[in-house]
Amino acid sequence: MILRHGTMVAAAWVDHEDAIMSGAAIDPRLQPARAAPKKAFSLSWSDPRFRNIVWQVVILGTIAAIVWYLVQNTNRNLTARRIATGFDFLARTAGIPIGESLIDYDPSIHTYGRALTIGLLNTLKVAVVGVVIATIWGTLLGVARLSKNWLIAKCAAVYVEVVRDIPLLLQLLFWYSALQGLPQPRNSFHPLPGVFLSNRGVKVPLVEWEQPFWWALAALAIGIAGTMAWSRSATRKQESTGVRPKVWPVGLALMVAFPVAIWAVLGAPFDVEMPVLRGFNFVGGATLSPEYGALTIGLVIYTSAYIAEIVRSGILAVPSGQWEAAGAIGLRPGIVLRKIVLPQALRVIVPPMTSQYLNLIKNSSLAVAIGYQDIVSIANTTLNQTGQAIEGIAAIMLVYLVISLSISFFMNWYNARIALVER
Amino acid sequence: MASSETTTARLSEAAGEPVPSLAGIPAAPITRARPAITGAGPVAWARTNLFSGWVSTAVTLALIYVLGRWILGFLDWGILHAVWTVPDTAAGPDASACRDAKGTGACWAVIGEKYRFILFGRYPYDEQWRPAIVIALFIGLYIVSAMRRFWRPELLLVWVATLTAIGVLMWGGVLGMEFVPQDSWGGLPITLILSTFGLAFSFPLAVVVALGRRSTNLPAVKALCVVYVELIRGVPLITLLFMASVMFPLFMPPGLNPDKLLRAQVAVILFAGAYLAEVIRGGLQALPKGQYEAADALGLSYWEKTGFIILPQALRLVIPPLVNTFIGFFKDTSLVLIIGIFDLLTSGKVAITDPTWQGYSTEVYLVLAAIYFAFCFVMARYSRGLETEFSRTVRR
Repeated sequence: MILRHGTMVAAAWVDHEDAIMSGAAIDPRLQPARAAPKKAFSLSWSDPRFRNIVWQVVILGTIAAIVWYLVQNTNRNLTARRIATGFDFLARTAGIPIGESLIDYDPSIHTYGRALTIGLLNTLKVAVVGVVIATIWGTLLGVARLSKNWLIAKCAAVYVEVVRDIPLLLQLLFWYSALQGLPQPRNSFHPLPGVFLSNRGVKVPLVEWEQPFWWALAALAIGIAGTMAWSRSATRKQESTGVRPKVWPVGLALMVAFPVAIWAVLGAPFDVEMPVLRGFNFVGGATLSPEYGALTIGLVIYTSAYIAEIVRSGILAVPSGQWEAAGAIGLRPGIVLRKIVLPQALRVIVPPMTSQYLNLIKNSSLAVAIGYQDIVSIANTTLNQTGQAIEGIAAIMLVYLVISLSISFFMNWYNARIALVER
Repeated sequence: MASSETTTARLSEAAGEPVPSLAGIPAAPITRARPAITGAGPVAWARTNLFSGWVSTAVTLALIYVLGRWILGFLDWGILHAVWTVPDTAAGPDASACRDAKGTGACWAVIGEKYRFILFGRYPYDEQWRPAIVIALFIGLYIVSAMRRFWRPELLLVWVATLTAIGVLMWGGVLGMEFVPQDSWGGLPITLILSTFGLAFSFPLAVVVALGRRSTNLPAVKALCVVYVELIRGVPLITLLFMASVMFPLFMPPGLNPDKLLRAQVAVILFAGAYLAEVIRGGLQALPKGQYEAADALGLSYWEKTGFIILPQALRLVIPPLVNTFIGFFKDTSLVLIIGIFDLLTSGKVAITDPTWQGYSTEVYLVLAAIYFAFCFVMARYSRGLETEFSRTVRR
């Protein structure tokens, strides 16, 4: 390596010497470009670098002074109002009644910290379900808007236009009042056995969770890993021989048959708890509260309208020549969609889709208006009870910033993976 | 689809027949198929656009059935069985007609009784002509700003004059008008004030932040702008409004306690500033690099370059996305409901807490939705028209 490098330098040097020896004028363009003369840094106003530093110091100094002034005021106000500072309140007993929670909670025992965790889990519950359903429904709408059938296209267009021009909060209030307008539990709708629709929400049968289900879940995880490994080896085989071994039978066996077999071997427990009307309310079963229902319906309907537009523009961005060219080399329509059109459409779709997901998560904070106890609602109650406004709002902001940043990181990574690799 | 079927049919038909040949070359098959329905006409249009295959036909029929039922049901509820007015009695309006129609017909009487409250909130009843003029002034301001022939520096003066006039009308206290404190303002004017003043004040802020974020030789300023924009865009508006309502009073020196509406307005301005800054940055980036270089080559200073060359072009590019962002703020101002400010949505919600009119929320929400929709739809149409117009000029 060193040797080769050395020879190259020597050769260049020889060329150069030759040129001088032969007496020919050296083309000035071949000479290394001359750098602008380095000017000494001077403390005068005519030096732009000095000016820049002065301006930055002035601006930062002003802002620091304002912040310092506000902090002084805040400290004075906090002492005057005898408000404690710090996060000690997290360990105190909360006493906030919480209607729905994914983990155990008793207001007389558990702490503010646990209450806030429940709020966070409730936010995530809405966000995950909302993102999944809104993506599916929005994609369907976006495709429908491009349909050759005039009626379908027009219906999708009207949906998108109307939904996007009405504030989300108004839509949420509307859905909430609509769900509250459902009949009392005594006269509830009863569309399927075990399913009741009333103004207390939707009651569904609950499958009791038992030990074998955990084993079946573990088996499913192993099955997914095994299928991915098999798929990768199939790709390798395809690259070397040109024939791709079938993947789906292996996937079916590993991901469906294997967990079911584990579950069956462990005794196949399957106990369903049916909701039963007793007195004025239901006993047993699982509940989807009207608050959760209204929030999810509202967020899905609102966000799907935006997603539909993104999907539509993504599909339109792939030139029709791509379809035709792929067809001309003999690919089947399914393959064309999967291998040619979707990868190109995704490049257009992913960045705006990320911001829609983030919008959905941020908009889930409107839960506080209809009484769903998400992180904002519980933090709001906390700060009203403790008076520690700064800590409460800092907690909310931290949660949303962490969620936003982690989703952006993930989507940026995904976007970089599917991006066009250019020279 | 249809044409390929015809072709196949034609070929199989041709295969059964002796094909006359000329010098070994088979002649073109004789077409016997019916000529395709071409040309315009409603039948042809329906065939291609509604019934082009059995799947399409099935979906069309199903949609027609569902939509027909919905529309008929809505007309039945909203017009045929609706209660339009209720008699006034000494003890207030008598809503028994509405209660009888509950479930089968809409009660539009609630709108007739409450529309002044929904539009103007708790503004003194006899003075409500003032917020009515304010609404008209806002709409006039939007219309004037939307016309391209008024896009000149004088428009700024029009804005200042109109916003001052709006302030005078709302507050009063001069020209013989009774003084009305901000606590009693409400309804549509609040929505318009929050969004329009929000835009007017956040715009200069956004321009500065966008320029700061693009600056190459002021790294500290750039970092500051990035932190501001990303922080605001990373959290929901509701946290900023909470901040304005509970944290802002802590920041102020003792004795100074700004009004709730003003605090919410500050939160909206800060929020809008971050989003507008990103929109404007998009415009700055979309400008060809040659514009920057040419301005530098002329020896213009930074502010001359920015003020005379860059901003006039960049801002023109971002007008359509700017209108879209404004639509977003217009809808987002409804969030002030959560901190108890009396905007259009809040006054609608409060109107139906009246015991006489409880249970008619659907009617009120539909009317509110129609008001919001009217504003947003017109603006969205305008922005789209502008976009096509601009793309046409650029392409030329």
